[in-house]
Amino acid sequence: MLNTKDILETIRMIEDENLDIRTITMGLSLLDCADADIERSCEKVYEKITRCASRLVPTGEEIERTYGIPIINKRISVTPIALLAAVSGGDPVKYALTLEKASQAVGVNFIGGYSALVHKGFAAGDRELIASIPEALACTEHVCSSVNIGSTKAGINMDAVKLMGETVKRAAELTKDNNCIGAAKLVVFCNAPEDNPFMAGAFHGIGEPDCVINVGVSGPGVVRAALAKNPDCDLSEVADIIKKTAFKITRMGQLVGTVASEKLGVPFGIVDLSLAPTPAVGDSVAHILEEIGLEICGTHGTTAALAMLNDAVKKGGVMASSHVGGLSGAFIPVSEDAGMIHAARTGDLSIEKLEAMTAVCSVGLDMIIIPGETSPATISAIIADEAAIGMVNSKTTAVRMIPAIGKKPGEELEFGGLLGSGPIMALHNDRSSEKFINRGGRIPAPMQSLKN
Amino acid sequence: MKAIITVIGHDTVGILAKVSVVCAENNANIIDVTQSVLKDIFTMVMLVDISDLVDDFADLQNDLYALGDKIGMKIHVMHEDIFNSMHHI
Repeated sequence: MLNTKDILETIRMIEDENLDIRTITMGLSLLDCADADIERSCEKVYEKITRCASRLVPTGEEIERTYGIPIINKRISVTPIALLAAVSGGDPVKYALTLEKASQAVGVNFIGGYSALVHKGFAAGDRELIASIPEALACTEHVCSSVNIGSTKAGINMDAVKLMGETVKRAAELTKDNNCIGAAKLVVFCNAPEDNPFMAGAFHGIGEPDCVINVGVSGPGVVRAALAKNPDCDLSEVADIIKKTAFKITRMGQLVGTVASEKLGVPFGIVDLSLAPTPAVGDSVAHILEEIGLEICGTHGTTAALAMLNDAVKKGGVMASSHVGGLSGAFIPVSEDAGMIHAARTGDLSIEKLEAMTAVCSVGLDMIIIPGETSPATISAIIADEAAIGMVNSKTTAVRMIPAIGKKPGEELEFGGLLGSGPIMALHNDRSSEKFINRGGRIPAPMQSLKN
Repeated sequence: MKAIITVIGHDTVGILAKVSVVCAENNANIIDVTQSVLKDIFTMVMLVDISDLVDDFADLQNDLYALGDKIGMKIHVMHEDIFNSMHHI
C-alpha cells in the first residue's frame, strides 16, 4: 500500500498550499475553416469549436472530482485568426465575436488565438487583424489576443513594434470604464511558443496537430512550504528541494493531461512546467524568493534567486513529463501575485528590476500597470527592449502592460479573478524614444540565429 | 480500480465503523486500513477497491463527504493514481 506520509503530503499540498492544475487547454486548428466568405468562415469556426470542445469542461470537472485536484481553468487556443482573415478579408472583429459566442457555448474560461505572427513582416490579414485588436477585446469578454513581433531567427519587426505600442494604448482606452481590461488580454511576444496553454498568449501554432490537449500546472505555495521546512540549508539544497517539489507538481500535470486526452479522444500535447501564481495568499512566486532569503521581492539578489528557481523548476519537471513545452518556468505577473503586488505598492519592485528578472525567467513584463499618459512610443520602446532580451537569449519574452487611462499615480486597477489587481508603477525615465521607434524597419537577427 | 479514503479530525468512538458502513453500502471493498491517533487527532487512510460499486464513484464520494460533514471529520476520497503518479517513478 502507499505510504501514509505520502498520501497526507499530497492532501496537504492541495488543501493548504494551493496546489492545482492551472489549466487544461485544448489547442484547435481552424485552418480547415478558412473560407473566402467571412460569414461562412465564422460559421465553420463556431461549428468546429463547439463540436470539438463540447466535452472539454465536463471532462475537466470529472477529472477534478475523481482525483481530488482542482483544475482552475478550462481553455481553448486556436489557429492565429490573421490566417483566416487573410483568406476571407472583411472585418476581423466578426471572428472575435464568433470566438466569444463559441467560448460561451462550451463554457470555457478563456479562448486565445486572436493573433498574428509578424516577426519578419506583414502578410495579408495581419495589419487588419492588429488594427482590430482594441475593438475585438473591448466587445468580448473571454477572447485573448497576442502578436509575435520578433524571434531569434528573424530579428525584431520594428514596424510591428510601433503598431503594438499604439494598439496596447488603444486597447486600454477603449476599456477605460472597465479597468482598462482590454490591455490585460493582449500579449506582445518575441519567440512565441506554438503550444502554450497559458493566457493571454495562447494560440495554436500551424505546426500543431488538428486538436491537442496541453496542460499548465501551478504550485508556488507548495514550493514555498517545502522551503519553509528547511530554513537554514544552503542554496544547493534549496535548488534540490525545488527540483523535488517541481517533479511532484509536474507528475500531477502529466496524469491529468494523459487522462483528459484519453477521455476526450484527443492526443496529449505537452505539460507546461510552470510556477504560475494567483493573487491568493500563499500562492505567490515573490514569496518563494522571499523564503529563499530576500527581505522583499525586487531587492538586490532577486534576479539571482529567480534564475535558480526557474532553472530548478525545469530540471525537476522535465523528468516528470513525457513531453514538455509551452513557456515552462516561473511566471512573474505583477498583478496576479500577492507578493509582487505588495512589493510594487511599497516601491521595492521597479519596472527596471522586472526587466532584468525577465532575462532569467519564463516570460516577460507581465501584468504591469503603467501610468495612463505613457506615450505609445514609450510602450513600443519597452516592447523593443523586452523583445531584444528574448531575441538575444533565444527565449520567449513578452509584454503585457496596462496603461491606466484616467488614473493617477498611487491609484490601483482591479481586474478581479486570476488577473488580480495592482498599483500603477512609475516609469522612472520619461525621455523620448520617439525617433528610434519611428525609424521602423527590422532589427536584424543576431549571431545566435546562425546555428546551422 | 482503487481509491484512497482519508479521514482526519478529533478522535471519537466509531469513526472506522461509520466509514466502513458507507463503503459497504456502495459495495466498495476495503483492502487495507492504517490509522493513528496523535494528540487526540485521528488520522485514517483506507485503500478500497472501487471496481464493482453500486453506482458511480461520485456517489461514493458524495456519501462519504456527507458523512464527514455529519461527524465533523475531514474526509477525502481520491483515485489512487494521483498518489502513485506523484510519489512513484
